[in-house]
Amino acid sequence: MTRFFLFISLLAVPAIALSVASRIETGKAATPLRVSRVCVLLFGVFAAVAAMAAVTGPHRIDLIALLRQGLAADTSPEHTIVFSVRIPRILLAAVVGAALSTAGAVFQGLLRNPLADPYILGVSGGAAVGAVLGIIAGLDILPFGIPALAALGSFAAIVLVFGVAGRRGETPSGTLLLSGVIVNAFCTAAIMFLISTASGTRLHGIMFWLMGDLGLAESGQALLGAVALLAGFAIIYLHSRSLNLLVIGEEQALQLGVDVEKTRRVLFFAASFITAAAVSLSGLIGFVGLLVPHLIRMIFGSDYRLLLPASCLFGATFLVAADTLARTALAPSELPVGVITALFGAPFFIYLLKKTEAGRCRF
Amino acid sequence: MPLLSVDRVSFKYGEQWVLRGIDFEVEKGDFLGVIGPNGSGKTTLLRIIDGILRPQEGEVRLEGTEIGRLRRDALARSVAVVPQYSALAFPFSVEEVVLMGRSPHLGRWRFEADRDYRIAREAMEMTDTLALAARDMESLSGGERQRVLIARALAQEPRLMLLDEPTAFLDIRHQVDFFDRIRALNRDRGLTIVAVTHDINLAAHYCDRVILLKDGRIEAAGSVEAVITDENIRRAYETRVLVDRHPATGSPRITLT
Repeated sequence: MTRFFLFISLLAVPAIALSVASRIETGKAATPLRVSRVCVLLFGVFAAVAAMAAVTGPHRIDLIALLRQGLAADTSPEHTIVFSVRIPRILLAAVVGAALSTAGAVFQGLLRNPLADPYILGVSGGAAVGAVLGIIAGLDILPFGIPALAALGSFAAIVLVFGVAGRRGETPSGTLLLSGVIVNAFCTAAIMFLISTASGTRLHGIMFWLMGDLGLAESGQALLGAVALLAGFAIIYLHSRSLNLLVIGEEQALQLGVDVEKTRRVLFFAASFITAAAVSLSGLIGFVGLLVPHLIRMIFGSDYRLLLPASCLFGATFLVAADTLARTALAPSELPVGVITALFGAPFFIYLLKKTEAGRCRF
Repeated sequence: MPLLSVDRVSFKYGEQWVLRGIDFEVEKGDFLGVIGPNGSGKTTLLRIIDGILRPQEGEVRLEGTEIGRLRRDALARSVAVVPQYSALAFPFSVEEVVLMGRSPHLGRWRFEADRDYRIAREAMEMTDTLALAARDMESLSGGERQRVLIARALAQEPRLMLLDEPTAFLDIRHQVDFFDRIRALNRDRGLTIVAVTHDINLAAHYCDRVILLKDGRIEAAGSVEAVITDENIRRAYETRVLVDRHPATGSPRITLT
């Protein structure tokens, strides 16, 4: 009964909070006050969902008893489960969700394309080739073995995509998009080739990685991801007003005083960097980076000064909730979290599209 | 010192010269029209003046400073462009779009202050768009959108405003409304205007001076009466036209024959 209740609140708390916010917040200009108000609200929602996630799972946790014991070193199984297994996993899910959502928002704006997601420029393909190679070679026994290879692969893909698209210091969006699609297609073929040569015991690991898996989370990984996310987010947020102008159009952005080439380059690399960090640590979790920025845009508007922090916070919340479902829905066995994000994300997104008038929404 | 001087500017795309030896000056308070057939280099000239393209020869100076030496934001504080409307990838409200005109005046970390909201509000009052402030850009009519883009350009507080075929997709009533507003800004506030347009009659009606381009060269320049003549228009457009006087205003009027 408690578990059912937790399940429902995991979904209901963010939904109710956003619904209330959508009634108060529509059609207002972004001011520092409004940005901080929305961030406080969304951080509250994140904290609530994270706390629920920490006590949800196959093993019943008595939250009161746990809190009474405090943070003091404790060797009880409850203490170990919460602090050594669940909390690192929640933190990693938060970092990955935040990074993918932020990067998705940036790519959608830079490419002026609502279909853009963090994987559109080939970062995911490169990472996947690296990770699959690593799993086949049995490097998953090394700490950080797979993440390191995935990071290497994604950086190779970024360099390749920009190398192909760049001409005389300029990287037009159309060419960039095409070269991203081509690199991704090539990587997919390479992965299929590798999979067809892989032995049965490796296949399960490969499949979980390709669909996104947070099950091997450690605090070290979450920390590493958090540092990468913070650095990338800070750089991106510095350019948030320029991003608004780039959405209007590159020529108009120039006419409104933006150094377009430089801004685009910085933003592309920062967004690719946080995507690479997220993918390396968790595999290919789909849909978050596409869905969350659209959801936030529908509720709070398109101004990137609000859209970026709100996407970041809500992306974290969304993935923590999805991962909690992934690990508990069929307990004791686990689902890849990418399955949950798409299964729940797609219908919800359709519902939002239907409710939306002229791109803005109250639900 | 003239506000804008275009000094023997030549520009080529690849090997193809698009503009050759363009040379003219714009004084503060002028209303200059640039007309010419398709491919004559009108839009290229405008993009050189607003610093998007760099000419291979010659230079463009804004109050004596070569515009290539100015940072983009400094240029945007002096020169504003009213473009043709193009669809936005994501929804923005009218107020958000007008406030974007304040962008070149803001530092990287700064949000718009009360002063910026006041300037945006004034710009919306002048263009009768204040009532639309909360509306979505995509929900507006063509004429309303074009007024919002004027408001955005006004919010930049420019000294020079460039119009890039802004009325190309508007009906007659909204074309006239648009140019009436621009002329009022020119007369009442001394705003300097350079307008590129296909519509010779609109240029004749509203501009003080006109430049007629053909094949990247200035075919004729000067007062409306001196430039818009049978002979000049026929030579530039290679079309039979009749130029007479507008019965009410006396400005030149062209009719196809």
